[in-house]
Amino acid sequence: MSKRVALEASHAVAEAVKMADVDVISAYPITPQTHIPERLAEMVANGELKASYIPVESEHSALSACLGASSVGARAFTTTAGQGLELMHEVVYVASSMRYPVVMVICNRALSAPISVWGDHSDVMACRDTGWIQVFCENNQEAFDLTLWAFRVGEDSRVLFPVMVNLDGFTLSHVIEPVFLPEQSEVDRFLPKFNYPFALDPDRPMTHGALGLPDLYSEAKVAQEVAFRKSTGIILQGWKEFGDIFGRYYCPVESYKAEGAKTLLLTMGSYSETAKVTVDERQAKGDSLGLLRLRLWRPFPFEELRQAVKGVETVIVFDRCISFGMGGPVFSEVKSALYGEEPRPKIVGIVGGLGGRDMSAEDFGYVIDRGKEIAEKGSDRILEVVGVRGEMVSIRGQ
Amino acid sequence: MADREFVKFGQNIVTTQELLAQGHNFCTGCGEALAIRLACKAVGENMIMNMATGCDEVCTTPLPVTSWRIPWMHTLFENASATISGVEAGLKSLMAKGKMPERDIKCVAVGGDGGTSDIGLQALSGALERGHDFLYLCWDNEAYMNTGIQRSSSTPYGASTTTAPAGKVSIGQTSWKKNMVEICAAHNIPYTATACPSYYLDLMKKVKKGAEVKGPAYIHILSPCPTGWRYPSNMTVEIGRLAVQTGIFPLYEVENGRYRLNADPPELKPVREYLKLQGRYRHLTDGEIERIQQRVSEEYTRLKEKAACFPA
Repeated sequence: MSKRVALEASHAVAEAVKMADVDVISAYPITPQTHIPERLAEMVANGELKASYIPVESEHSALSACLGASSVGARAFTTTAGQGLELMHEVVYVASSMRYPVVMVICNRALSAPISVWGDHSDVMACRDTGWIQVFCENNQEAFDLTLWAFRVGEDSRVLFPVMVNLDGFTLSHVIEPVFLPEQSEVDRFLPKFNYPFALDPDRPMTHGALGLPDLYSEAKVAQEVAFRKSTGIILQGWKEFGDIFGRYYCPVESYKAEGAKTLLLTMGSYSETAKVTVDERQAKGDSLGLLRLRLWRPFPFEELRQAVKGVETVIVFDRCISFGMGGPVFSEVKSALYGEEPRPKIVGIVGGLGGRDMSAEDFGYVIDRGKEIAEKGSDRILEVVGVRGEMVSIRGQ
Repeated sequence: MADREFVKFGQNIVTTQELLAQGHNFCTGCGEALAIRLACKAVGENMIMNMATGCDEVCTTPLPVTSWRIPWMHTLFENASATISGVEAGLKSLMAKGKMPERDIKCVAVGGDGGTSDIGLQALSGALERGHDFLYLCWDNEAYMNTGIQRSSSTPYGASTTTAPAGKVSIGQTSWKKNMVEICAAHNIPYTATACPSYYLDLMKKVKKGAEVKGPAYIHILSPCPTGWRYPSNMTVEIGRLAVQTGIFPLYEVENGRYRLNADPPELKPVREYLKLQGRYRHLTDGEIERIQQRVSEEYTRLKEKAACFPA
């Protein structure tokens, strides 16, 4: 029997890591992620969790130590945010390319400058191409569930890829909500022991991380891409098994009241819940509107997204990041994924919630209205940003 | 004759087992390759090695082949100490939880002078401070040799490198070599030492000691590089010997804070004998050589004074 307790999302993550019986935690504190390593350090200090906690001197070392732990078959966890993720960026690629299934929770934070400790998705958008399985959480229950699920999927011998679990800094990481905590026996049924097939062992010497000359590098990268795309099957299977045991079923693209809707708002992360309030209000007034939420960001859920927008006239993509010189990264990827669709919906991108700027239900109302307007008439702005002060230069005709 | 004598007697001291297999791509006469080979013999096969990016990693693992007969990994340039921290913590945790049988596996991190004294210094300091049970070996060939002889903080004063070349208005390297042994000893770790493959028994004894000691150990190994120092490749051992005999690279150890000189010749040879054999010092004037001589003599005296505080 699971019990229902009030937990901060960060502490829900720590509970999941504890129930996963992780072997090594290696983390460097950074706002807004601090509550996760603090709680885990406390659990280790109390003897609640038997694990090595490595208080490293930087995020670069945090993930490097996880690679070391993973290489000998230990279950490894790290967590970071914002600048911390950028500092470890180099190691992020190595983790996936060497197939070490580390689990990392990111409390999404804006990037400097100006320095900001508050939330947006700029940090993780710089990691789009790193070859990690990436998911976005909406609430505390999902923070718990997806952290647990991340170990199950990443460590599957048919996958062996690291997993990033994204939760919005402050607006999710620091929020207290009721969370169902399962029994340890249920968790043990869902999550088998980590049995790394390539663990470094003096009894069977193995070389990890060799030099790839031009005659082999391409083959190595293609093998990685093939394996990464194949992991989608195990991702889905993992969610099915999770649902069968815990009663909560997840999918790559969540549709909210989207059936038959002419316009869909597409979001990621915790602001989706706020946007859903707006969808409810608008639907009550007779608006043909629904919501899509991308839970799985990598591997990109092409098929599920295409299915979800069948028959839709307009998709309004809400981004919490600017790809400078390009626009919203989710917008451009969604647009690219749907380009070949016949018929193809109109796709509009609007940015908001940068550096912790609040997005209210009214703001999402603006996103919807403005999005529809742009879909009909086009926009004369370089970039659509909700509630921004100052001039947005026209680039018409450029 | 000497070879036959060695097979007869030497194998009692030095194992004939080669953990670094033949067929690697090191330059002829590489001091680093020699140091690695000896160090592996000293630690034995019961180890996991993490290697920083560098000549050693590039020369031993061109896919799909490998020279390693030990479990070996490389991830990046600056993180060997952090990665070995995870290896050590992982093994400890798995054994403590009964997920792996208890056994003594030596955790060894290695890197060149760049990966150690420059880009990897922070990760090394962190791992030493946290007290992981590991051995760090630095093969110091006094420049970034893998990328083509660029200066490092370990390049000696007066040496010409490709990023600090000697020229009309420069003598090459204008700073004095960073003292990694003192930096590591200042972390109050149980064992720190210098070594050189020219003194192979001394090197192996120290590596063995460093591997056996509980907690972090650091050994700084001078690895003469014919390519970067510009001397004939058959002179590696001779050059290493001269580095010690001139006092430029004294062999000593710091064990639990106690300094001990391992080779203390009654009289040091002039540094000129060492410098004149190498192309990287060819441009030095008598005045500059004198300047180096003075500095070496001073530092050697200071080291002797430290050692004198701890009579055997």
